[in-house]
Amino acid sequence: MAFVDECEMAVVGGGLVGAALAWGLARSGIQTMVLDGEDLDLRASRANFALVWVQGKGLGAPHYALWSKASAERWPELAAALAGDTGIDVSLSQRGAFSFALSRCELDAWRIELETIAEQTRGAAAPYEVLGADETRERVPGLGRDVVGSIYSPTDGHVNSLRLFRALHVGMKARGVNYRAHHGVKNIEPIKDGFRLIGSWGEVHARRIVLAAGLDNERLAPMVGLSAPLKRSKGQILVTEKCAPFFDYASTTIRQADEGGVMIGDSEETHSSAIATNQDISAVLAHRAIRVFPALADVNVVRSWTGFRVKTMDGLPIYEQSATHPAAFIAVCHSGVTLAANHALVVAPQIAAGRLAAELSPFHSWRFHAPQNS
Amino acid sequence: MSVRLINEAAQFAPKYDLVVVGAGPAGLSAAIEASASGASVLVVDENAAPGGQIYRAITRNAPERQPFLGVDYWKGREIAESFLQSPADYAPATTVWSLNPATTEDASAGPVLGVTLSGVARTVEARAVILATGAMERPMPVPGWTLPGVMSAGAAQIALKTVSAIPKGRIVLAGCGPLLYLLAAQLIEAGADIEALLDTADKGQRLAALRHLPDFLRSPYWLKGLALLLKVLFRTKVVTGVTALSIDGDRKAESVTFEAGHRRQKIPADCVLLHQGVIPGINLASAAGCVIEWNDRQRAFQPRTDPFGRTTAPGILVAGDGAEIAGAQHAAAAGRISAAATLEDIGILSNEAAASRLIAVVRARRNYLRGRAFLDTLYLPAQQFRAPTQPETIVCRCEEVRAGRLREAIALGALGPNQLKTFLRCGMGPCQGRMCASTVTEIMATEHGLSPAEIGTYRLRAPVKPLRLAELAALPQTQDAIFAVTGREATDYSPEEKGTTP
Amino acid sequence: MLLRIRDAVDKVTFTFDGAAVQAARGDTLAAALLAAGIDTFRISIVGREPRAPYCLMGVCFECLVTIDDIQNRQSCLVEVQEGMVVTSQNGARTIGRDDGL
Repeated sequence: MAFVDECEMAVVGGGLVGAALAWGLARSGIQTMVLDGEDLDLRASRANFALVWVQGKGLGAPHYALWSKASAERWPELAAALAGDTGIDVSLSQRGAFSFALSRCELDAWRIELETIAEQTRGAAAPYEVLGADETRERVPGLGRDVVGSIYSPTDGHVNSLRLFRALHVGMKARGVNYRAHHGVKNIEPIKDGFRLIGSWGEVHARRIVLAAGLDNERLAPMVGLSAPLKRSKGQILVTEKCAPFFDYASTTIRQADEGGVMIGDSEETHSSAIATNQDISAVLAHRAIRVFPALADVNVVRSWTGFRVKTMDGLPIYEQSATHPAAFIAVCHSGVTLAANHALVVAPQIAAGRLAAELSPFHSWRFHAPQNS
Repeated sequence: MSVRLINEAAQFAPKYDLVVVGAGPAGLSAAIEASASGASVLVVDENAAPGGQIYRAITRNAPERQPFLGVDYWKGREIAESFLQSPADYAPATTVWSLNPATTEDASAGPVLGVTLSGVARTVEARAVILATGAMERPMPVPGWTLPGVMSAGAAQIALKTVSAIPKGRIVLAGCGPLLYLLAAQLIEAGADIEALLDTADKGQRLAALRHLPDFLRSPYWLKGLALLLKVLFRTKVVTGVTALSIDGDRKAESVTFEAGHRRQKIPADCVLLHQGVIPGINLASAAGCVIEWNDRQRAFQPRTDPFGRTTAPGILVAGDGAEIAGAQHAAAAGRISAAATLEDIGILSNEAAASRLIAVVRARRNYLRGRAFLDTLYLPAQQFRAPTQPETIVCRCEEVRAGRLREAIALGALGPNQLKTFLRCGMGPCQGRMCASTVTEIMATEHGLSPAEIGTYRLRAPVKPLRLAELAALPQTQDAIFAVTGREATDYSPEEKGTTP
Repeated sequence: MLLRIRDAVDKVTFTFDGAAVQAARGDTLAAALLAAGIDTFRISIVGREPRAPYCLMGVCFECLVTIDDIQNRQSCLVEVQEGMVVTSQNGARTIGRDDGL
């Protein structure tokens, strides 16, 4: 008979979403345990572009545009709180970001999207500027001749997302969270006063649970009356050797980490289930990066990696409290970096208090199950 | 007949029956065997001349001029010469930075390699690939091992072979294993004065090795080993039972401090040569998706192979020390075995022809394996040199991650080496984990009281060697890839599409 | 540092950080620099410590130098050429020219 452990709150998943929630729950005074899987599980938290990004998010979903914007605005508070708990500086930089267009057609498409979002949010969305080629070049030295213009968003930025990940784990430990590696959850059974979380390691009884298991949410959610329909979305990134600082801003496709490496992304494959990198995609990524910054041509690529985005059918997050088992919550999202501030500072306290706020109801998974004609 | 030398990327054929990566004994033997059977063969190698590390610069040296290299070294000459007379294509000074296995969907498509030659990248297709990338020295992280003046023993041996040079100043050798003694003998023969050889071998292993002794005594190694040992003991101060070691110096190595028999000593040194055995170089096999497994006796990860060198990835074989450490002569036999097996797989050799080629060489290989267990067990590096205890010891040389920081992150409950990499950047630098992977696994195994097999190692991906962005960018841009990156059909998108500004 | 015990027959000359260096044709650049008494090849990026070749076989990436304006090349894998211009690598590479790009 395996040893049975008990806890008040069990968070399933120790990635950026799970760790931000667990740290936030612990800050709210909840005794929290995190059950995490294996080193080589699919882990979007180790494969992300580290942007704190709002521009272009929420087309047709103004609540998402505003939710992202709110998180970006809360990020300095998160960075400060993490530094206070852990002494780790996650290098938040929110001095603005560019999307560099390599054709008129690209620039026009983005402009129309941003105009639509601004309209749908009645002007409350994050500000942006559409810049022509010359204006873009004035602000960013070293751009290639193929850059025809850009979108500049003054509030976007990036962090060191790997350090963020470590800071959350150090923060969890500092706050007394019981983190357990190699505790993949096979099964969840609702019981009186909580849930049995079962794995090959044994089982844990938790009064309340939060599913933050990334792609595995799809499998786990129905066990507690929730739902998280996901789609396949594989991204690929190139990383260069460390370089002296050359680009102070963030951008959707090229950013320089504070340690010096340049990250070049990204791609989306919807049919591949292999974790291996695709050389053809690397070629296109490299080619476009050099068109944006020609001086990158001689820089060495030292790594490439792929990751599977945690993407719902409409690309928007799911935050939900189970209707049938109200002590079970779920958080599913693609933008675990951008939304980390909301997760730690807003969602976690709500879960701690036992109820998600009304502002999160548009993120309910009901939206996937509504009749098609409604 | 002689090899066709490939000096620029345009000279590669688009497709070969067999591509061999590495021009050491395993790779050269595989190429000789395969090209003699009529297969189209390409050998790519990072170095400028054939021989690998063991027979480095073999075609450029002569026993009259470099007698100090010893009789075993000159055995490489025959193999290099017979390769140079084969009809294979040979691309020296060429880097392989990626390898994708054959796809299971398309039976006609074989593995594809990404290669770079003279600053130009290309992809080359093969029906089969033999990785003969050999071994690397097991990192020996001690305080001060990043100081100029500290090199691996293998590096000193390469300097002897390539430029006929010995280390300058006061030389100290430290570590364990046959190669350390071989290097000492070669250096002595070349006229070097060795201040001391600090042997860190774990005396506790002697008893464990004993049961393999009878086998070792029937092996081709023992007489040679004994002669070597006596020569070094006679000519150099050898300190055995060294249990701690550090190198001190301000901007370069100045002295070595060590402990032996609970006595602490400090000796001046200008050059410190470290060595604690060799381990398979697995980066390319691992990035190709081959299953990697733990060899407990050799205490290293290696690709999982069948007796013919086939890995778990279709069309990819590994031969020689890259599959399991067993030395140069074994590697040569393994190369021939893998060549025959793979030519049978791709239908160039019949069953019978392959079998008849294999009989003698399989027997020869068995002979070269004899005695390995004794050496592996006797020279298993001591625990404190595999998992350094001093917190200031640099483990990842590229990102300068120290043992203390690693232990702190492990104490957070980190999932494994890949999570540690994320937390601390260890293994993210240009060497791509080659210099820290084994140490990270060893430290984690020690902290958790688990076997390295349970800890695992870094997941590796292409490029396994850095290449310039411009080289990648010049590769063909496929429609699928353009769509994946831009979200636009290739018909809407020309990679040459120009901006509107001058 | 290394000491040649056989004289170089076919000599070539190149420069390292502006100083002329003699080597033998066929030498790897790393070995030639060590034999010319160069003890530091680069300054590390994170800790700004002096570094020099460790493995001489393409594994350790400690021997990185700038060769004919291409930064961060493995000098142990490159053969010396007459007239090569080699400089030590000081910390992280730069992108483009001195104006920042």
